[in-house]
Amino acid sequence: MDEHYDCIVLGTGLKECIISGLLSVEGKKVLHMDRNGYYGGESASLSLDQLFEKFRGKGTKAPPTFGSSREYSVDLIPKFILSSGLLVKMLLHTDVVRYLEFKVVDGSYVKQSNKIHKVPSTDTEALASPLMGFFEKFSAKKFFAFVQDYEDDKPSTHNGMDLKKMPMKDVFKKFGLNADTIDFIGHAVSLYLNDDYLEKPAIETVNRMKLYAESMLKYKKSPYIYPLYGLGELPQSFARLSAIYGGTYMLNKPIEKVTFNDGKVHVTSEGETATADYVVADPTYFPDKVKKSGRIIRAICILNAPIPNTSNSESVQIILPQKQCGNRKNDIYVGVISSSHFVCAKGKFIAIVSTTVETENPEKELEPAYNLLGPIVEKFVSVTDFYEPITDGTQDKCFISKSYDATSHFETTCADVMDIYKRITGKDLVLTIHPNILQQQKEQQDEEGSEN
Amino acid sequence: MNNNNKIFQFKLVLLGEAAVGKSSLVLRFVRGHFLDYQESTIGAAFLAQTVCLNDTTVKFEIWDTAGQERYHTLAPMYYRGAQAAIVVYDIRSEDSFERAIKWVKELQRQGSPNIVIALAGNKLDLAAKRRVETAEAQQYAEENGLLFMETSAKTSQNVNELFVEIAKKLPKTPTTRPGSAQTQSPPPLPTSTTIL
Repeated sequence: MDEHYDCIVLGTGLKECIISGLLSVEGKKVLHMDRNGYYGGESASLSLDQLFEKFRGKGTKAPPTFGSSREYSVDLIPKFILSSGLLVKMLLHTDVVRYLEFKVVDGSYVKQSNKIHKVPSTDTEALASPLMGFFEKFSAKKFFAFVQDYEDDKPSTHNGMDLKKMPMKDVFKKFGLNADTIDFIGHAVSLYLNDDYLEKPAIETVNRMKLYAESMLKYKKSPYIYPLYGLGELPQSFARLSAIYGGTYMLNKPIEKVTFNDGKVHVTSEGETATADYVVADPTYFPDKVKKSGRIIRAICILNAPIPNTSNSESVQIILPQKQCGNRKNDIYVGVISSSHFVCAKGKFIAIVSTTVETENPEKELEPAYNLLGPIVEKFVSVTDFYEPITDGTQDKCFISKSYDATSHFETTCADVMDIYKRITGKDLVLTIHPNILQQQKEQQDEEGSEN
Repeated sequence: MNNNNKIFQFKLVLLGEAAVGKSSLVLRFVRGHFLDYQESTIGAAFLAQTVCLNDTTVKFEIWDTAGQERYHTLAPMYYRGAQAAIVVYDIRSEDSFERAIKWVKELQRQGSPNIVIALAGNKLDLAAKRRVETAEAQQYAEENGLLFMETSAKTSQNVNELFVEIAKKLPKTPTTRPGSAQTQSPPPLPTSTTIL
């Protein structure tokens, strides 16, 4: 490894692997190292034995009642993929989509008045849903139609409002929506973690609603997809992309020293030093260059049955908006997956509960969610700090990603990747569709055409 | 292609130490059928090639290691869901045979339960410098339920034969990949938008 590279990447979390892949495809010489012996860092998926060892101490093994350890791939960071979101665009841009298989998440639920309700996925479901009263549905329908028709460059669709200036709360007021409906739109559809958005320009909320609707349209059941064998497949797939384009991979590499001089970054591991024009890393590699801005609690729960009141769904998301959980500021999320996504033994369900920590007793904060899950067979709780870089890296040539946040999807993850990419290269990452995929689509269309 | 034929697609992965001839083996196999194939090592995620048996056609989606075996950093997702694997060693190198055995064990532990594994002793054209005896490898293969052949990517000896034997041994069930009947890749970007 005693060589010069364009870029050295430290840590094989999803963000680092996407950047590594993008840079390699552009012809950059990349050295990618991780101190761990496995891919994924914080965004890895673990086998059951690995999970017990991580949370219960070295040498601990999973009890045999859970089935074989290797049937499990348990995500450390729970998220679902919005099927029209940025991560899908990145998978299509790089053609990494071909290494993976996905399945739709069965449904999305939201808590209201101490019950959970399905987030309607069709007009019929919306009309039948108890989430809104009859007259409220009438106002909501008008609002949804406005959002659907809204186009930035067509003032005739703006209804006389300037969404780039007008705060969202005023738009809600204009359509006469009540507090429960606003809560539903802000948290179950726009997927905001808290209510800060109400004071911000409405355009962002409108765009989020459109993204949700587009994602919903793809597979109808829910707006989310999830990869077979767990989220840990994602960083590995982008790492493969990087390797195919010449990226060098080394695991189990403790990083002893990183220095910055003569315009180069020097990275020392096991006595050898490699140099690079710049370095990309997750925050754990540079504790002196990051600041803490919050804490996140995540509880991995293993269950023997589907979540009650979800029509025996094999995979669901449940959102508990802050207002439905007493005096909270941040929503609580529950992501449930099972053997249908090949992440655990048959008959088991993995529910991961997470939220932004607000008190000194974080686990108590999760109680409203625990109460929805039915009996919990085993529980692994972690409270982690959220880090972000102090500077943008353009001065010291050290580009650091943010920790993974409490959101239930990958939009902020990808936004961070795009931001780092721009800080490194000075240009925007334009997400096109890979020629291979366009070719495949063409072939499929031709085939369908010839059958008719 | 015969329309009456049923086509089955399988993921096949190559494993083995660096420089035992994994890529050459595949290029030899794929080139034999597609003379107009344009070789490219960089940016080639995987190659595809079909084998016609009597009543079925087997399409292999062949994954190369992309050099990730060099520092032992091949990711588990590489062989995840693979229905077939060719574990390659160089008949001139005992180390590469030892490494091949490690890969077989890894596949038996982590691979798909019904994976078809073929052991290939490559560089048969250099048999004068042989260090791994045919009988030894043959015995190991038999004890572990592997297909076994000695091959030469250079002279093409046994290359097609190896893939044909794998194709014959693969189960031809309607669902060829675990779960693939119900899975889907994200379709292209959306063309329309409606709310709820």
